[in-house]
Amino acid sequence: MLSIKNLHASIEGNEILRGIDLEVKAGEVHAIMGPNGSGKSTLASVLAGREEYEVTEGEVVFKGENLLELAPEERAREGVFLAFQYPVEIPGVSSTNFLRTAVNQVREHRGLEPLDAVKFLTMMKEKMKLVEIDQKLLSRALNEGFSGGEKKRNEIFQMAMLEPTLSILDETDSGLDIDALKIVSNGVNQLKSKDNATIVVTHYQRLLDYIVPDFVHVLYKGKIVKSGTKELALELEEKGYDWIKEEIGQAAV
Amino acid sequence: MSTLLDTHPLEKILENPQKDFHSVRAMGKDAFLKQGLPSAKAEEYKFTNLTKKLSQNFDSFEIAADFELTEEQVNHAIFEGFDGYRLVFANGYFHDGLSSKIEGLTISKLEESSLPLGSIAKAEKDPFAALNQASFEGGAQIALAKNTQIDKPILILNFINPSNGNLIQPRIWFETGDFGEATFIEQQIQLEAGDYFLNEVKEIKGGRNSHIHWYRIQNEGKDAISMSNIETDIQQDATFTSVNISLSGHMVRNNLSLNLLGSNSEGNMYGLYLTNGNTHVDNHTNVDHTIPHAESNELYKGVLTDNSRGVFNGKIFVRQDAQKTNAFQQNNNILLSENATVNTKPQLEIWADDVKCSHGCTTGQLDEEALFYLQARGIGKDKAKGLLLYAFAGEVLENIKDDSFKAYCINLIQERLGTNLS
Ligand SMILES: Nc1ncnc2c1ncn2[C@@H]1O[C@H](COP(=O)(O)OP(=O)(O)OP(=O)(O)O)[C@@H](O)[C@H]1O
Ligand SMILES: [Mg+2]
Repeated sequence: MLSIKNLHASIEGNEILRGIDLEVKAGEVHAIMGPNGSGKSTLASVLAGREEYEVTEGEVVFKGENLLELAPEERAREGVFLAFQYPVEIPGVSSTNFLRTAVNQVREHRGLEPLDAVKFLTMMKEKMKLVEIDQKLLSRALNEGFSGGEKKRNEIFQMAMLEPTLSILDETDSGLDIDALKIVSNGVNQLKSKDNATIVVTHYQRLLDYIVPDFVHVLYKGKIVKSGTKELALELEEKGYDWIKEEIGQAAV
Repeated sequence: MSTLLDTHPLEKILENPQKDFHSVRAMGKDAFLKQGLPSAKAEEYKFTNLTKKLSQNFDSFEIAADFELTEEQVNHAIFEGFDGYRLVFANGYFHDGLSSKIEGLTISKLEESSLPLGSIAKAEKDPFAALNQASFEGGAQIALAKNTQIDKPILILNFINPSNGNLIQPRIWFETGDFGEATFIEQQIQLEAGDYFLNEVKEIKGGRNSHIHWYRIQNEGKDAISMSNIETDIQQDATFTSVNISLSGHMVRNNLSLNLLGSNSEGNMYGLYLTNGNTHVDNHTNVDHTIPHAESNELYKGVLTDNSRGVFNGKIFVRQDAQKTNAFQQNNNILLSENATVNTKPQLEIWADDVKCSHGCTTGQLDEEALFYLQARGIGKDKAKGLLLYAFAGEVLENIKDDSFKAYCINLIQERLGTNLS
């Protein structure tokens, strides 16, 4: 589904991604871990199409298409979804209008009829249950004044509404209490199918108890320096990143 | 103005003898001659050189005459969904036959009145107000009886036909008795193509505990050169709320002044300018807190693209006696192109010590992070921009209390921004 080869990206002249290789197949869950500043969000942003980042080398193929050629909205319509690490507050834009516009633009791209107000509301109600999000929240401006946890929940709610094929969750678990974590994970798991894939970026192994990954990758200084199964996450939780840094150090010698 | 050659075409208007009544015109003429047209260096007009613009675009001026209008033309011009009364003017002349009869509201020609014209919008404060006072024709006095609340909005439509004269100078004196309430919506409708200079004056006098909403939409032709002086006296316990929406025109200058004259009075000024092409919109506002315990709120927002230009100048004057004043002012602008510019200047003069006063102005670009967020959800870039701009403008539109007019404005704005949600 997604194939990243030797991806290099920089911002304002600083190279942040220094040759990423990653293959994600339908039905898989990949976890990406790594210390602060290693480039996890950068990778997520580049995949979503943030223009500030310049891709200097490499390729990204998504469902057989060159993803890097598409505008962010085209990627979203093709099925890429990024749950932001820091969702943006947008005063004055109502959550409902925003979602309806988004859902209908995505549907149009997929050759589906736009949803009228009634059908849209029915869909919304159904998906709201999935992440146990309060209706009151959605009657407000988009993310405005939402707590950290509410913002994260809203991201997963949007994901449920847009039905993506590739979801990239950038630290969706950070700042959530255990109850919220369970609800969010439960939502993600229910949306999982053999046809879609998920990349979860996280610092905490605890999330991976709920969203069980098929692969765990360690991103360090803009490269994937180690890949393994979920046991790798446990090892990282216990030992931190120093041993990996040492390993790399030795390899370089 | 010594030789014929450097006489500005506007100044020639006053060389002809004017019809005189109650010495109002004579006072206007004196005030005009004393001030002269603003020069390029005039502080109040330094970003908006109307004098030059007018002499470039016009060789001569002729005071506009009245003309016939049909019922059909009027009906055609009224925006969809409007439910209310109408007052119809042609080049500033009142057309009784085409206007609604409104209980509690009396309308008469200014020439027949003995009003102290120029006592609210003072001729010596602005040369264009003086010019209007010296040479306006037509005009109307609108009086709202005491204790009368007009149940529906009143649409003031002024039809413009430059072929009947290119200097159009509407003048209205509006007065309420105590506890009077009314909502006005003002619009200019240009019937025939042609250059003209619109130079309006409105004097508004609210009674005690009166509540007046005054809405204006400026969406006449892209060649319109328009100047307005609107000034209002606000008495004890009264409120006055102005909402001014500017969507087009060549050069538009609005002077709006509120005088808070009684305690517990409130003055609100809201404005939105959405400009493109070469449109130039200048809003000069002034609020004068003369007494304690009054409040003023002001919010002007601009979205500018292409080569358009916005000017905002907001004066807040708090006199020494005006303790416990609350005065708030905001001006926020979004520039969508490199060639669009904004000059914004808050001017606070506070002589009382126990006041709450705040002001702020911002000029920036569209929030890139927000734009990316919307795009990342599948919303096309143009539509996403439209949504953000519409959200930005919405804060001003919220202050329009008449649903049909609000819907009309929203429609025009969405059309401009390409954000129709359906
Ligand atoms: N505009 C910028 N200019 C220069 N460097 C930047 C810019 N934006 C981000 N960076 C740098 O890029 C690096 C990677 O940042 P990124 O946000 O991708 O890290 P991360 O792995 O997501 O970290 P975290 O775990 O804290 O979320 C950091 O060192 C950051 O400082
Ligand atoms: Mg990050």
